[in-house]
Amino acid sequence: MKKLDIYQFFGMNALRMCMGIVVFILCVIFYDILSKGAGKISWEFLTQMPRNGMTEGGILPAIVGTCCVTLITGIFAVPFGIGCAIYLNEYAKDSWQTRLIRMAIRNLSGVPSIVYGLFGVVLFVNMFKFGTSILSAGLTLGLMTLPWTITASEEALKTIPNGYREGSLALGATKWQMIRTNVLPYAVPGMLTGTILGLSRAAGETAPILFTGAAFFLPALPASINDQFMALPYHLYIMSTQHHSIVKVRSIAYATALVLIGLVFLMNLGAIILRYHLRKQRRE
Amino acid sequence: MNKVEISNFNFYYGQTQCLKNISFDITSHQVTSIIGPSGCGKSTFLRCLNRMNDLIPGVRMDGVINIDGQDINAPQLDVVSLRKKIGMVFQKPNPFPKTIFDNVAYGLRINGIKDQDYIDDKVQESLKNAVLWDEVKDRLNSSALALSGGQQQRLCVARALAIAPEIVLMDEPASALDPIATAKLEELIVKLKEKYTIIIVTHNMQQAARISDMTAFFMQGDLVEYKHTKQLFTHPDKKITEDYITGRFG
Amino acid sequence: MKKEKIIEGLFFINGMAVIIVLLGIFALLIINAIPAFKDITLKDFLFGYVWNPEAYTTPSFGILSMVVSTLMVTIGALLIAIPLGIGTAAYLTDVASPKVREIAKPIVEILASIPSVVIGFLGIVLVGPWLAKLTGQSSGLNAINGSILLAVMALPTVISLSEDALGSVPKAYTEASWALGGNKWQTLLMVKIPAAHSGILAACMLGMGRAIGETMTVLMACGNAPAFPHAFTDPVRTMTATVAIELGEVPYNTTHFYALFAVGLVLFVFTFCINLISDLVIHKK
Repeated sequence: MKKLDIYQFFGMNALRMCMGIVVFILCVIFYDILSKGAGKISWEFLTQMPRNGMTEGGILPAIVGTCCVTLITGIFAVPFGIGCAIYLNEYAKDSWQTRLIRMAIRNLSGVPSIVYGLFGVVLFVNMFKFGTSILSAGLTLGLMTLPWTITASEEALKTIPNGYREGSLALGATKWQMIRTNVLPYAVPGMLTGTILGLSRAAGETAPILFTGAAFFLPALPASINDQFMALPYHLYIMSTQHHSIVKVRSIAYATALVLIGLVFLMNLGAIILRYHLRKQRRE
Repeated sequence: MNKVEISNFNFYYGQTQCLKNISFDITSHQVTSIIGPSGCGKSTFLRCLNRMNDLIPGVRMDGVINIDGQDINAPQLDVVSLRKKIGMVFQKPNPFPKTIFDNVAYGLRINGIKDQDYIDDKVQESLKNAVLWDEVKDRLNSSALALSGGQQQRLCVARALAIAPEIVLMDEPASALDPIATAKLEELIVKLKEKYTIIIVTHNMQQAARISDMTAFFMQGDLVEYKHTKQLFTHPDKKITEDYITGRFG
Repeated sequence: MKKEKIIEGLFFINGMAVIIVLLGIFALLIINAIPAFKDITLKDFLFGYVWNPEAYTTPSFGILSMVVSTLMVTIGALLIAIPLGIGTAAYLTDVASPKVREIAKPIVEILASIPSVVIGFLGIVLVGPWLAKLTGQSSGLNAINGSILLAVMALPTVISLSEDALGSVPKAYTEASWALGGNKWQTLLMVKIPAAHSGILAACMLGMGRAIGETMTVLMACGNAPAFPHAFTDPVRTMTATVAIELGEVPYNTTHFYALFAVGLVLFVFTFCINLISDLVIHKK
């Protein structure tokens, strides 16, 4: 009896320690980046071009580039993902095609990001002749986010009670009328929440944009979606590994990491606030 | 006059047969009740009348259901216009998360009606017919979800009436309501038969006895007995009907 | 009615497009990998351990070193992430009070949302120097470093999927175990984890898939020496890192270019198989 209690005591504390380690890891990450990056952040840092071989000045083009690419990603992936989710949740019957689509989605979410990069180089940069550009990079990231937006959109559609569908059909609505007037309007906020989370992950990705459009340094902001661009994650990568005086620019790298994390969290926060409002609306 | 004629109708869900060789006629401008223990196929039958079972994968049927002499399962029949002719009220009140007004106007709008005055009139008329107008006339633009359960169910009736159906199907409409709301709904159902043919599924035998003209008793997919409500409850032909209405099972 | 059919058709095409994307990735990888084998034999490619594509006389394209590197880093990551992940998941389902769980779950989500390049950066500035001091080497950029970082990347996947698996064990099992006099720890070890084993296995497989395919962290933190690794303290260069380093510099349509696609194809097949296996594991029950 005693022995069992001792096992239990050690076992439970081992589990507590696991959680403790996870919390510790997160704290170390945040402490390190905040303590060494926050001092460098200023209005100038966020709004100026890099100067003197990127040893001084700000990171404005990287911020702008990441925002532009994420926008293209969203424009491509959100309608595509929502359409696919509508098919799966509203139209699809349990057939081999449906099972195949679901299998494809699961596998797409497991394809390594660098492989998406290879695919983007061949398809968008070379075959479609978009060159290395915001467009190519955005589309490549869009393909990568597709499984996430589909899954998130389908989850949102699943929360719509079946009574809305049956009630609408019983009143003589066609299937598309039912979806358009009585399902989508209530699912869209939930879909957006999920897709914003997906886009925030895309914004932090580096491997798919390495060869599809991200540039080491550009003297000006991109003028169109056919231009190359600087991106926050890529900027962090070169500032920490490729720059000619890595030690000198370390503080810039820390600050860039902080801005990148800040951007990702801002998007997450936006999604969480949206979800909160949505839930409140539902209850009223 | 027969509004609905069902002959030799069978319905299968996968390998199981839910309705077995059902044949009977439903008279217009009457309330017809369908009673029976749960799982006897009464809701399935009701949903066959406006083809809501189309939504469920893996169903099969044969036999004929005629409404106004027309086979509703005929391939050339437009299921959307069939459903416009048949209103339906569900077991659980399912108001849409719109305003009270928009709920009732929904059926009109999806049918392409844009004339605002006409919609206003129709909404008012339907709410009056559903005996809800006096309770909601001052708050037509507030959310339908804020209504009580009984009001929500009467709103669903109003919504069904707005598209001017000929038949109204009700699938255990009072099962989620309290006794007072149930009484109001029953009053409404009796009143509605002047204008509509009502078919109601219920597990509550007293309710069937109170409101219906004809009653059909279903049991494990069979139509056991179908006659005038009074006769069915006082002189059932079959032993099993008697056992059920006297509460020996079910 | 006709309009409805067209709309349904459009959504169907939209759905099928997902399959086309997956097949398209596979097809383009194959098409661009095949020309490489005009100059390299399949045997040399898969079993050669020298990768030196820019050699002046005879370039060599053996991927064995990087496959071993990838597996080494991945296994190292799993050795850390699996016990830690399952332990954390068990803490969340069996030990934590509902209140603590409310706080702890977002922590896992936040960890999942940190970009890989940031984790890689911390590998350089934080884990690297610490490892160098610990092992007495001049640089801490090696396989252990990569394993630690990949473990951090794979942790959220392992935790949340294991938690789902443990959470879906029927309550009756736990109650039966308690009724027989088992304590919490015994119940977890002898009833819940065995009952949830297929879900936990799938969680580990998917965590492994993430680790194999991860690029930026290993690129930044593993030292990128193309030699065959002999110990966890050696700097290594994984498949993903090789593609990331070389694709930017290689001229299009050379054997080297195609060989990188062949590496990508190997990666794709690896992760595809892992997904397939975890799929089978999940749907077996």
